Amino acid sequence: MGGLHGNLDAMPAISAYQVTKIFGSGPGSVTALDSVSIDIQRNEFFTLLGPSGCGKTTLLRLIAGFDHPTSGRIDLEGSDISYLPPFKRPVNTVFQSYALFPHMSVAENIGFGLKMQGKPVAEIDTVVDAMLKLVKMEAMRDRSTAQISGGQQQRVALARALAPKPKVLLLDEPLSALDLKLRKEMQIELKRLQHETGITFVFVTHDQEEALTMSDRLAVMSAGKVLQVGSPREIYDRPSRRFVADFIGETNFMDAELVSAGGGDAVLKLASGKQISASLPEGEDITGTVTAVVRPEHASLTKPKPASILTGTLENVVYFGTDTHYHVALDTGGTFTVRMQNARGRTGDFTQGDKVGIDIDDGATQVVRD
Amino acid sequence: MSDAPATGTQSITSGAQAGVAARRNDVRNRWLLASPALTIIVFAALGPLLIMLVYSFLQKGLYGGVIWKFSTQGWFDVFFHKDIFDDTVGFADAHLSIFWRSIRLSFATTILTLLIGFPTAYFIATKSEKWRPVFLFLVTIPFWTNLLIRTFAIMELIKNEGVVNSVLQWAGLITSPIQIMFTDFAIMLGMAYVYLPLMVLPLYASMERLDFRLVEAGYDLYATRWQVLRKIIIPLVKPGMIAGSILVFVPSLGAYVTPRILGGGKNLMLGNLIELQFGQGRNWPLGAALSITLLVIVMVALLFYVRNASRSGVKSHG
Repeated sequence: MGGLHGNLDAMPAISAYQVTKIFGSGPGSVTALDSVSIDIQRNEFFTLLGPSGCGKTTLLRLIAGFDHPTSGRIDLEGSDISYLPPFKRPVNTVFQSYALFPHMSVAENIGFGLKMQGKPVAEIDTVVDAMLKLVKMEAMRDRSTAQISGGQQQRVALARALAPKPKVLLLDEPLSALDLKLRKEMQIELKRLQHETGITFVFVTHDQEEALTMSDRLAVMSAGKVLQVGSPREIYDRPSRRFVADFIGETNFMDAELVSAGGGDAVLKLASGKQISASLPEGEDITGTVTAVVRPEHASLTKPKPASILTGTLENVVYFGTDTHYHVALDTGGTFTVRMQNARGRTGDFTQGDKVGIDIDDGATQVVRD
Repeated sequence: MSDAPATGTQSITSGAQAGVAARRNDVRNRWLLASPALTIIVFAALGPLLIMLVYSFLQKGLYGGVIWKFSTQGWFDVFFHKDIFDDTVGFADAHLSIFWRSIRLSFATTILTLLIGFPTAYFIATKSEKWRPVFLFLVTIPFWTNLLIRTFAIMELIKNEGVVNSVLQWAGLITSPIQIMFTDFAIMLGMAYVYLPLMVLPLYASMERLDFRLVEAGYDLYATRWQVLRKIIIPLVKPGMIAGSILVFVPSLGAYVTPRILGGGKNLMLGNLIELQFGQGRNWPLGAALSITLLVIVMVALLFYVRNASRSGVKSHG
């Protein structure tokens, strides 16, 4: 229907409309996805981020076609694919376990999809060679999949899923089995592959750092719902939900009273009686007691002074090399963490037990929904 | 070593002596430990086999048993037949046709159990862990009943006045009963029923180990259900298929009770032929020679299977 109005480029690669997935029935049933709506643009590196059991893998499996939605609908470039079997969708998956066929060589694995599509042998050979080159595995062409390392298996799994040139590539926590060094390498590699192939990547992970560094946009999920969708910067700087702020990076939470609001900005009154300006999340009006968040690196320690927004006692100083974390017990109760970069030569400005004041950067305070 | 060659040599010599003693001890212990297994192999497997081999080269006794004189008559009788009137020698068609029937029926039984057992094992392997033992238990229930009783049960089903014919007649599909009893088909049916668990269990064992994510990966890469079966599932569960086929084929070849009851008197298989020689036939050397022939057929079949299995094994492991 949307296709009639033209502009194919503006059409999302994947659109989910109110997708609900319930496993089982009766009292033992589990709602894995609860009315999830999401648009994934073409040629985008999109990440589904959330703790285990949040429904991210279920959504991926619905897009792949291994499961079908209980209600709602999934479109691929404007056409409904909700109930198509996996082998009829131009979508391929890189599995967490790689799921390479143990009875086939590296080349046979990569060529499998094309072979099943009935492509001529010469074309399969050409594509397999190109894919081996793309993932830098030319030398492993005729190896058995048992003879190659985990990182190499990962590359073969990628090549196998990319070979049929899918419209969307799904990646189900593909880096979780790799050690840290290899994982960093593969993160860069995946970005390169996405850039070179121009294929839409949908990446599932529970690793927030991975999600922030790799994604064009990401969706934070919890308990079967999508809480917030946005660029890594938006998600990090402007979390709209308490869960999002808590899950991604470190955050200070403060209870505050809403004094005035308008145009997305607000004035809050903190427990100390001091007032501070803050950004409001989009959506319906917020009133009364709210939760405000401040990232530790958006605050700084000072000597206590009358203008200090927060005051307290320095409880703990943790040195991290590039920066130092200061844990402050606030006079009004609760703790607040401040992270400051270590400038060369500057040492011991503050020591444990000092009375300190805390300054918060302008525009660093964000109101979140619970 | 270079600055004290003399002591070095000495210590090597004494070390070698100690080594020899230790090795002798080792060898003795090894034989001791192996003795229970060796006893069983010698007395229960090799011994009887040797007796059979010796008997097959002796003369037959008039009322059964053997006369301790060397003779190749037993082996001659396996393959050839001398006319009692004009002494012309021809192939023992009766024996050869029984060999052929045994191989043919065993092969057909193996295929039939494979066709039924494969989906059964797949069904069980894809059930939840809670239900698998229940279905496996159901599969093994026939083992709890005596073979003879199970075979008579099959007879009740397929005889002319049996359940199958009655139902078909009642439904008006046939007017007179179909003769199933005392045919090769009845023997195959009976053997397939009896040996089906032997096919299902090894098949299940290899399907349970099958990583079903590979099946999903196949679907994901545009393979239809049929292609996934042929290109992914069958190659990966092949060891189970081969093991099941051996377990069904080998006992089918020597089956005795089932062909005796369901095949009647005329559709003999190898087992019945052998029994006949030791019983009414009173030709023990021939019976012994036939037994060894059966053994050779089984071994040839096994070699064929094993070669097949190791080939697929090489491919899957490396």
